[in-house]
Amino acid sequence: MQDGAVDKHRRRFLTTTATVVGGAGVIASSIPFISALKPSEKTKAIGAPVEVDISEMKPGEKLVIEWQGKPVWILKRDQKTLNDLELLDEKLRDPDSEQPQQPDYAENQYRSIRPEYLVVVGLCTHLGCSPNYFPINANAGLGDDWKGGFFCPCHGSRFDLAGRVFKGVPAPTNLVIPPYKYLSDSRILIGDDSGEIA
Amino acid sequence: MNMIKQSLCNFISWVDARYPLLKTWNEHLAKYYVPKNFNFWYFFGALALLVLVIQIVTGIWLTMNYKPSAEEAFASVEYIMRDVEWGWLVRYLHSTGSSAFFIVIYLHMFRALLYGSFKKPRELLWCTGMFIYLTLMGEAFFGYLLPWGQMSYWGAQVIISLFAAIPIVGDGLAEWIRGDYVVSDVTLNRFFAFHVIAMPLILVGLVFVHIISLHEVGSNNPDGVDIKKHKDKNGIPLDGIPFHPYYTVKDIVGAIVFLILFSLVVFYAPEMGGYFLEHANFVPADPLQTPEHIAPVWYFTPFYAILRAIPSQLWGVIAMGLAVFMFFLLPWLDRSPVKSIRYRGYYYRIALTAFVISFVCLGWLGMQAATPMYSWLSRLFTVIYFLFFVLMPFYTSIDRDKPVPERVTAP
Amino acid sequence: MKKIIFIVFLALSSAGVIHAASTDTRGYHMDPDLSDTKSLQRGARIFINYCLSCHSAAYMRYNRLGKDLNIAENILKDNFMFGTDKPGDTMNVALRPADGEQFFGVAPPDLSVIARARGANWLYAYFMTFYSDPSRPFGVNNLQFKDVAMPHVLWELQGFQRPVYKTVTHKDGTITRVIESLETGKPGKFSAEEYEQTIYDLINFLVYLSEPAKLKREAIGVWVIIYLLVFLVVAYLLKKELWRDVE
Repeated sequence: MQDGAVDKHRRRFLTTTATVVGGAGVIASSIPFISALKPSEKTKAIGAPVEVDISEMKPGEKLVIEWQGKPVWILKRDQKTLNDLELLDEKLRDPDSEQPQQPDYAENQYRSIRPEYLVVVGLCTHLGCSPNYFPINANAGLGDDWKGGFFCPCHGSRFDLAGRVFKGVPAPTNLVIPPYKYLSDSRILIGDDSGEIA
Repeated sequence: MNMIKQSLCNFISWVDARYPLLKTWNEHLAKYYVPKNFNFWYFFGALALLVLVIQIVTGIWLTMNYKPSAEEAFASVEYIMRDVEWGWLVRYLHSTGSSAFFIVIYLHMFRALLYGSFKKPRELLWCTGMFIYLTLMGEAFFGYLLPWGQMSYWGAQVIISLFAAIPIVGDGLAEWIRGDYVVSDVTLNRFFAFHVIAMPLILVGLVFVHIISLHEVGSNNPDGVDIKKHKDKNGIPLDGIPFHPYYTVKDIVGAIVFLILFSLVVFYAPEMGGYFLEHANFVPADPLQTPEHIAPVWYFTPFYAILRAIPSQLWGVIAMGLAVFMFFLLPWLDRSPVKSIRYRGYYYRIALTAFVISFVCLGWLGMQAATPMYSWLSRLFTVIYFLFFVLMPFYTSIDRDKPVPERVTAP
Repeated sequence: MKKIIFIVFLALSSAGVIHAASTDTRGYHMDPDLSDTKSLQRGARIFINYCLSCHSAAYMRYNRLGKDLNIAENILKDNFMFGTDKPGDTMNVALRPADGEQFFGVAPPDLSVIARARGANWLYAYFMTFYSDPSRPFGVNNLQFKDVAMPHVLWELQGFQRPVYKTVTHKDGTITRVIESLETGKPGKFSAEEYEQTIYDLINFLVYLSEPAKLKREAIGVWVIIYLLVFLVVAYLLKKELWRDVE
C-alpha cells in the first residue's frame, strides 16, 4: 500500500465486514429477548396434559375441562345423535373436516377417536368466545330442524355436535379438536397423544 | 440496487422536509468536530450510554416477569432465573449492568478530574452530569430492594433510617418514604414505580440535556486546550475531526473491549464473589432477623464509610450528603487557569492522587465490619476526602502550572 | 491503557477471592463439579430421600431435574417423585411451615438457593460437623451452625461423632472448655470415605439446584467471547484504516 493514498477497496471491504459481523451480533443477541417471551416452564406446567375420568358420563352430558387455560368439552353422544350427524352434511361448510382443525385420528365423520365421545376445544373459531351447548330438544329458537349443537352468543355462529361449523355464520372453520388419547376405557388424557393413535 | 437507493433518498428528503433529520445527524455526528487527541479515558461517556441502553432493555424484559409484592418478589426473581427461557441471562445482564454503570461513571468522572473537564465553559455540563450521578444512585437504591432478599430489605431499612436522623421531621419523613412503619410490601411497590418509571425517565431526560450541553460547548481533551481557537478558512477546527466516522468507529472498538470484560462477568462470575450479587440476598427478606453483617453494594460504600466515620448520627448523614454535594462545587473551587493534569503543578497532582486513594480506601472500609482501627482509618480518609475540595481554592491558585501548548499534542 | 484495563479487572477479581475466603469453614473445602452427572444424580436421590421430607425446593421443577441430569421420565417418576406430583410440578413438601415450626422451633427453609446463600464449603463443613449433644432437643449439635434446630438426618449413614474437649485459659484467667475436634462415636452404615463422597454428591447437587442455568451459562459464554474477539479484530482494522486520515 502506498503512503498517503486512501485504499478505497480496503475501506469498503472492512466497512462491509464490520457491518455484517456487527449486524450478526445484534441479530444473535436479540434471540434471547425474543425467546424470553415464549411460554415459560411454569406456563407449560400449568398447561400440561389433563386426565379426565369419563366413566360416570351419561349420554348427552357435557363436561368442561380446563386445559392450557382453554375450555375443553367432552360430550357423550348417543346413537341417535351420531346418526343425525350424517343428515347435516349439505348445511355445513366443511362436513368432511378437510381443514386442519383436528389431529389425523379425528379426521372422520364424528371428529373423534371413539364415536360416542366428542373432545373439542370450546372456543369459537370466529373470535374466540365460548359457544353454548343446546341439545336437540332445547327450545332455544334455533329452528325446528335443530339436531343439537353449539351456538355462539357473541356473533351467532353455529356448530353441530361434532363441532362442525354451519354455512352462513361468521365462524370460518370447525371447532378445534385438541390432541388426546385414551389411557383406558374410562380415562382420557387431553393435550398428549404421544405413543398411541386411538 | 439503484432503485432502492433512489427511493431511500426520496424517503429521507421527504422526512427531512418535515423533521431536521440531516441537520441533527450533521450537528451531532457527521459535522460535530471533536479534538483528535482523545485517549483511553474518553471511552467512558459512550460506554455509559451503552450501559444505559442495556439496562433499559433488560429492565423492560425483567419487568415482564417480576412481581412487585412482598409475597411474590423473591420467588419471581427465581422464576426469571429458572422458568423463563433465557431469563437468567437477562437478569445477569441487568445485575452486572448496574455495577458496570457505576464503574463506567466513576471512571468518566475521574476523567473530568484528570483533564479539568468541569472547568469553564463546561460548568453546567459537569452539573448535569452530577445530577445524572445522583439520579443513578437513586435508581440503584430503589432497584436494589426489588429482589427482596435479606440485603435488599435491611439495606433499604438502614438507608431510609438515615432520614430519621434529621431533627424534628426525621421520623415522619422516614415513615413517609416507606409508607409504613418498617420497610414493607408498600415500600417495595412504590420503589418499583420509582425504579422502572420515574428514575429512568429523569435519567434519560438528563442524559439528553447532558449531551446537548456537551455539543454546545464542545468536548474537552487531554491537553485541555480549546480547539475552536484555531480554525481553517471553512471554520473547521484544525485539531478537530468529525465525530462520525472517526469516533463512532473508535468507540465501537472500545465498546467491544468493554463487552468482553462485561461478558466475562456475566457468564463466568455473575456474583463477582458477592460484590455484584450478595450472598445474603439469596435468603428471602425476613423483617424479624437482620443478617450478621450488612453493607451496601460496593458503589455506595465510600459514602457509607464516611457516614460511619462520624460518631454522631446527624452529622454522619450531613457529612455523607456533603461528600456528594462537594462535587457540584468543583468548577468554582478550582482556581487554576490550566485544565489538564499534564500541565498542572504538583499540588493538584498530589491532591488528586490522595483523593483517589482515600475514595478507594473508603470504599473498601465501607464493606468491612466496623472495628476501632477501621473507624480511625475511615476518619483519616474522610478528612483527606474533604480537604481535597476545601483546600482546592488555595492549592490550585498557588500551584506551579506548566505552560499550555497552543495546539493539541499526542493522545 | 491496556495496563489499566488489566489492573482494574485484576483488582475486581482479586477482591472477589478475598471475600470468598473470608467465611470460616473450619478448613473444609470442596470443588463442585456440575459436569459430573452421576454425582448429581446420586446427590439428587439423597436430597429427595433425606431432605425433601421437611425442606422444599419450591423453585425447581422435576422435569427440569430430569432433563438436566439425564434421568428418563419413567425413572424420574418411579424413583424421584412422590405421590401425585406431576413432572412439571416444583419440588414442594407435604410438611406445612406451621407444623415445621412446631416440630423444630423454626420452619425448615426452602433449599432452592441455599448453596448460593451459604456457599458449598459452608454446607460441606455443616454436614461434617454434627456431634452428640444430649442438651439439644434432637441430641445433636453442630460446629458450623451452633444450636441448629435440624436433627442429624444422615446419622444412619455417618453414625454419631463425639466431641473432644480441651481447656483454654484466657488472658483474664478464666478457663473454658472448647471443642477441639470430633471423633467417631457410634459408627454408621458408611465408612468415613463413603460418607464424605455422599456429602460431596449432596452438596454438588445443592450447588446445581441453586443455579440450574450455570452449566449452560458457562458453555454459551465461550461463544459470546469468541464472537466479540472476532468482531474486535474487524472493528480495530477498520478503525486503523479510517484513522489513517488523521495525522
